[in-house]
Amino acid sequence: MGYMRQWFKSGTPWIWLNGGAVAFSMIMVVGLIGLIAVRGFGHFWPSDVALINLSNADAEQSTLIGEIVRSETVPAAIARDSGETVPDDMDLVTRHLIKLGNRDQTDRDFAWYLELGMQPWQYPQDIMVVERREWGNFYGRPLALLREGVEVATPESDNFMQELQAAITRSLELHEEIRRLERGTIGRINTSLDDLRLDARRLELDETPADIRVIELDRIAAERASLDEQYAVLRQELDVIYASTRRDTLKMEMADGNAVDISLAAIMRVTEPNAMSVFGKTAQYFERLWEFLTEDPREANTEGGIFPAIFGTVTMVLVMSIIVTPFGILAAIYLREYAKQGTMTRIIRISVYNLAGVPSIVYGVFGLGFFVYYLGGSLDQLFYETALPTPTFGTPGLIWASLTLALLTLPIVIVSTEEGLARIPSTIRQGSLALGATKSETLWKVVVPLATPAMMTGLILAIARAAGEVAPLMLVGVVKLAPALPIDATFPFLHLDRKIMHLGFHIYDVGFQSPNVEAARPLVYATALVLVILIMVLNLAAISIRNRLRERYRSAGE
Amino acid sequence: MTDNTPGTPGHAPAVGNADSSSQAEPSSTVNSIRRGNSLLPDLASRKILRKKRARRDRIAHWGITTAGYGVVVALLTIFVYLFYEVAPILRGAAVDEQHQFALPEQQSETFRLLLDRYEILGIQYTRNAESVFFDTETGEEQLRVAVPLPQGAAVSSFGYAETISNTVVYGLDNGSAVLARHAFDVSFPDSQRVVSPKLDFPLGESAIQIDQQGQALTHITTEVLARGGATTAIAAVTQDNRLLLARMTSRENLLTGAVQVTTDVQTLPAIPGNAQQLMLDKSLRNLFVLDDQGRIHFYDIVNPAQARLVESVDVGRGERVTAVEFLVGSVSIVVGTESGNLSQWFLVRENDNANDFTLTLIREFRNHGAAITAIAPEHTRKGFIVVDAAGQLGVHYGSSSRTLFLDEVSDNSLSHIAISQINGRVLWLDSEQQVSSASMWNEHPQLSWAAMWNKVWYEGREDPEYIWQSSSGSDEFESKFSLVPLTIGTLKAALYAMLFATPLAIAGAIYTAYFMTPKQRGLVKPAIESMGALPTVILGFLAGLWLAPFVENNLPAIFSFFLLMPVVLLVFALIWTNLPAGFRSKIPEGWEAAISVPVILTFGFICVQSSPWVEVWLFDGSMRQWFTDIGINYDQRNALIVGIAMGFAVIPTVFSIAEDAVFTVPRHLTQGSLALGATRWQTVMGVVLPTASPGIFSAVMMGFGRSVGETMIVLMATGNSPVVNFNIFEGMRTLSANIAVELPETAVGSSHFRVLFLAALVLLALTFIVNTLAEIIRQRLRERYSNL
Repeated sequence: MGYMRQWFKSGTPWIWLNGGAVAFSMIMVVGLIGLIAVRGFGHFWPSDVALINLSNADAEQSTLIGEIVRSETVPAAIARDSGETVPDDMDLVTRHLIKLGNRDQTDRDFAWYLELGMQPWQYPQDIMVVERREWGNFYGRPLALLREGVEVATPESDNFMQELQAAITRSLELHEEIRRLERGTIGRINTSLDDLRLDARRLELDETPADIRVIELDRIAAERASLDEQYAVLRQELDVIYASTRRDTLKMEMADGNAVDISLAAIMRVTEPNAMSVFGKTAQYFERLWEFLTEDPREANTEGGIFPAIFGTVTMVLVMSIIVTPFGILAAIYLREYAKQGTMTRIIRISVYNLAGVPSIVYGVFGLGFFVYYLGGSLDQLFYETALPTPTFGTPGLIWASLTLALLTLPIVIVSTEEGLARIPSTIRQGSLALGATKSETLWKVVVPLATPAMMTGLILAIARAAGEVAPLMLVGVVKLAPALPIDATFPFLHLDRKIMHLGFHIYDVGFQSPNVEAARPLVYATALVLVILIMVLNLAAISIRNRLRERYRSAGE
Repeated sequence: MTDNTPGTPGHAPAVGNADSSSQAEPSSTVNSIRRGNSLLPDLASRKILRKKRARRDRIAHWGITTAGYGVVVALLTIFVYLFYEVAPILRGAAVDEQHQFALPEQQSETFRLLLDRYEILGIQYTRNAESVFFDTETGEEQLRVAVPLPQGAAVSSFGYAETISNTVVYGLDNGSAVLARHAFDVSFPDSQRVVSPKLDFPLGESAIQIDQQGQALTHITTEVLARGGATTAIAAVTQDNRLLLARMTSRENLLTGAVQVTTDVQTLPAIPGNAQQLMLDKSLRNLFVLDDQGRIHFYDIVNPAQARLVESVDVGRGERVTAVEFLVGSVSIVVGTESGNLSQWFLVRENDNANDFTLTLIREFRNHGAAITAIAPEHTRKGFIVVDAAGQLGVHYGSSSRTLFLDEVSDNSLSHIAISQINGRVLWLDSEQQVSSASMWNEHPQLSWAAMWNKVWYEGREDPEYIWQSSSGSDEFESKFSLVPLTIGTLKAALYAMLFATPLAIAGAIYTAYFMTPKQRGLVKPAIESMGALPTVILGFLAGLWLAPFVENNLPAIFSFFLLMPVVLLVFALIWTNLPAGFRSKIPEGWEAAISVPVILTFGFICVQSSPWVEVWLFDGSMRQWFTDIGINYDQRNALIVGIAMGFAVIPTVFSIAEDAVFTVPRHLTQGSLALGATRWQTVMGVVLPTASPGIFSAVMMGFGRSVGETMIVLMATGNSPVVNFNIFEGMRTLSANIAVELPETAVGSSHFRVLFLAALVLLALTFIVNTLAEIIRQRLRERYSNL
């Protein structure tokens, strides 16, 4: 006992507990990053598809085809509560979540099955995974490739896979053509029609003289007619292509033996993962990763890529940087170089620093009220009267999101720039002034260039903060699915009034607003991974710039 | 920025040839001597140059100052704007009298005065069974319709259903009644709105016999069943004081369009007094009879054949009641007395018995000081307008107990009051038969300090409560804007987050700053700090989608891990201390944390693996079920999850500041302590912590500030239900998450909108104060260190 008292008195146990706290914190940090990385990167790996024969208590046989998502061991009571029959003598049971796909055929694409009663899993080479535009994956065995209803190849024939891949390539090309027509040409026609509608509305509002109005209206009617005509031609063209995409069909057999016809027009890709080598899978892995980064989302954001979200995030952050940089830097220069260093400046400085700690949602509320409803509403009244009551700027959009985040990150830029300015030795300033340079010359030619890295650091930190911020954006301009990118080929190219998609909001939306959480889950991890990498890279850049900066002034100061 | 190309004349002499120019400037003679071979510009151009430079200097000065002020102003705008949006909450109502005119029909007594929804037409129902529609600006008569009365019958009483139904009933002296309903056709010829009034008769133009004995109806009222088919009820009192209740079901013949009415009349138990007014609620379940002694007799008429008198309540409390009216929804009754008392009553369930209600006094309003003559309920919310015998007009609101306006508007006694359906205009009638039309601004009567921070007794509840329920689909919904559940939720989330984060962060900071080897510190500190930059949406999604189900499935693991981990560490430390010194000396001091990592990992792994077994042995197979069985609510997304996730978000903030505070404790202090023979731990407790404690305190405050305002984690990791408790296994709704959820869907400028702005303002003020205090403490600390 005495020994224990002595030991506690020495303080060693407390040191160990403190050490444990650090260790636990580090485990959490590493574990979190690891969890996101493993789940995020793992999503793209084409995993094997198992064929499982089940026999339940009534000796009924059934077969499943699907991917094993995860497994867990739970007390038997919990399994019984969820309606499973478990023998009374069992305390624990293992169960597996299996992705069955085929959402259009059976309405359960994810289901838990007890290991109890499962026969050993098999991985037959001929199981095929069909990635579809709608309804998610299809798992099954191919039966035949049909062209216009006639069988052209069966899995028994040697060239089945080549035939199938060729047919899919063709249908993908057709799909691309359709997309080009719909997005490009027809989109332009729609824009022109909308412009004409606004022109007509402007004529009504402006009280133009009757003769001019008649001429104008005639012009509008003529243009409209010609656009309608162009549209009709395109429509026909599209119909032809659509008909052509329906040429081929893939006949598949599901796990329960039923045959299903899948039109090739609906197919993105077919693979036979069980037959693939590691190299084949690796190639596939990078192909999928690339698709994820460059394609549009599908199926209520639960499939496809996240390109619009990446693009939206980057655009918003860029517009924000353009706004926040000059103001942040000028304000910092003012506070450090021009303002009289009295109580007032001290108060202002503390207030500015503290604004960095104000909850971001408060900025969102301010942005919605002041920017969107007040400024945006006024802009609409002044310049976009023809479009009213549909708001142009009086609704959440890119510019307001950027402005709100600029306000949010302003303190970060100011603090960082001020630190940089404060670190420049006064000898350098005095030297410049002693040589007869004016204050502004000293500032712009000596002080500011030296402080540039600090400003860069501030800006990068601001960007990192803005890229990860979601709460205010939910109020001022981010949507779950934006119909168009904020930058495109139609005038004025950068559309400040458009709503954008955002990586952070995408995570929230897909993870929490999606009807099919299981299907969305891997996508959320992958999106989170992209966001984490983006922000970590930005932060590391800021830290390394700051460190290099310290080194530079250490030598300059000596 | 300014140009700094080397070729510009301003640059080269100023910096490059600085010595020659500074010599040259004082004397022009030196300058003139050198002119021949000097590279300098001549005097004139240098003068211009100097001016140019001075001008640039000034421009830079003003430009930067302006930008500096601009930024300060922009940041100040946040405060100002939020205040500006919140301020209208505090305003009362404003009534602005605009027109006055003579009542169109003055010969016959006015029974009821109403206003249409477009505020264009007034309606007057008179004793001689006429309905007169008039312009609300000029009083000009637009239409006059007579209600058809049977031959020889005369009006003996008048009643009306809830205002929104536009229905009135005339009781006649032959025991029959006529129902009338006014309506408006709106058309837009030439884009101009034209409102044309009409009067129709929902039960047909012929009178309906209520009293089979043919006695005059002295009091009457009607109501149309709100839900489930066209049932109309009429309650009436006859000359010989019998109380009758008639229910009419009307069926329209699809072919002929003729209305066929079936009437079912019941005689109710006798009224213990002389009836003064009858009131039917719109569920047709309750009938209230006011008598001349200030009592309300409450009849349960769910089943008319077995109707019973439930109770008689003295609502006048010794005074005669002069006006009584339902609030919208016909749940609350507002009672006005001869001395100007105003009180609100509704039926409250007694003793948890489903069918046992008593009429209860809920709240009182400001006294008018003169007999209340008429009460008009507001539409779509629980407010009402009152006029009295002294010519005063009062605007009151139920749930917030506010009196928004009370002022004399006329020298004469007022007898009738009407309010439009958008609560924007009122009409009143004085004893001189003059009608006044006034516009009314009364945007935010629901909000008051008491409504937001005190318990409020809402309709249909058994007790006063704190409730946040901002909107619903129904027009008669009573908004419940108590900020208490949200504030409690915010504090609850912050509390659990701080409970998790503070010990870890501070203990970690002490160890990292004081015990850890510098090399490890260089790795650990940035690693933990960079976690602060991790978007909270990621923490929130992991908490909601990964941690919450994991914790739910492994509850025993979580508890055993957090409770036993310190013990396991101590045991391990004891074993380690007793290892042979030769082995221990291979690993120097400062490696305790690194050695702990495998211990923690192993223990965590054991906890998770043994979790199902523990559940089977101790908790009957499911710990979650066990919690439910012992009466603890368990939500999957609860305060425990938020505590861990938000704690994780707060750790970097607290750790970073606390670590700085500990690390910058001057070395000579600790070295002195160690030199005097104190152990490392004694030095920490006796010297380092007391010196650094303000810094650590400020770190905790900063962490608290951050966790109060955090939005995404609480939004994703809780169920967002506004509950008022501190149960760790239930969720909460915080101020910030509430804003994120509700603000995008509320109408701009509505009370709801403004109360959300108020929530934002509260958050802003709270975090600003906390952060400022923390910052000041930190600056003090820095000064102290520099003095030591």
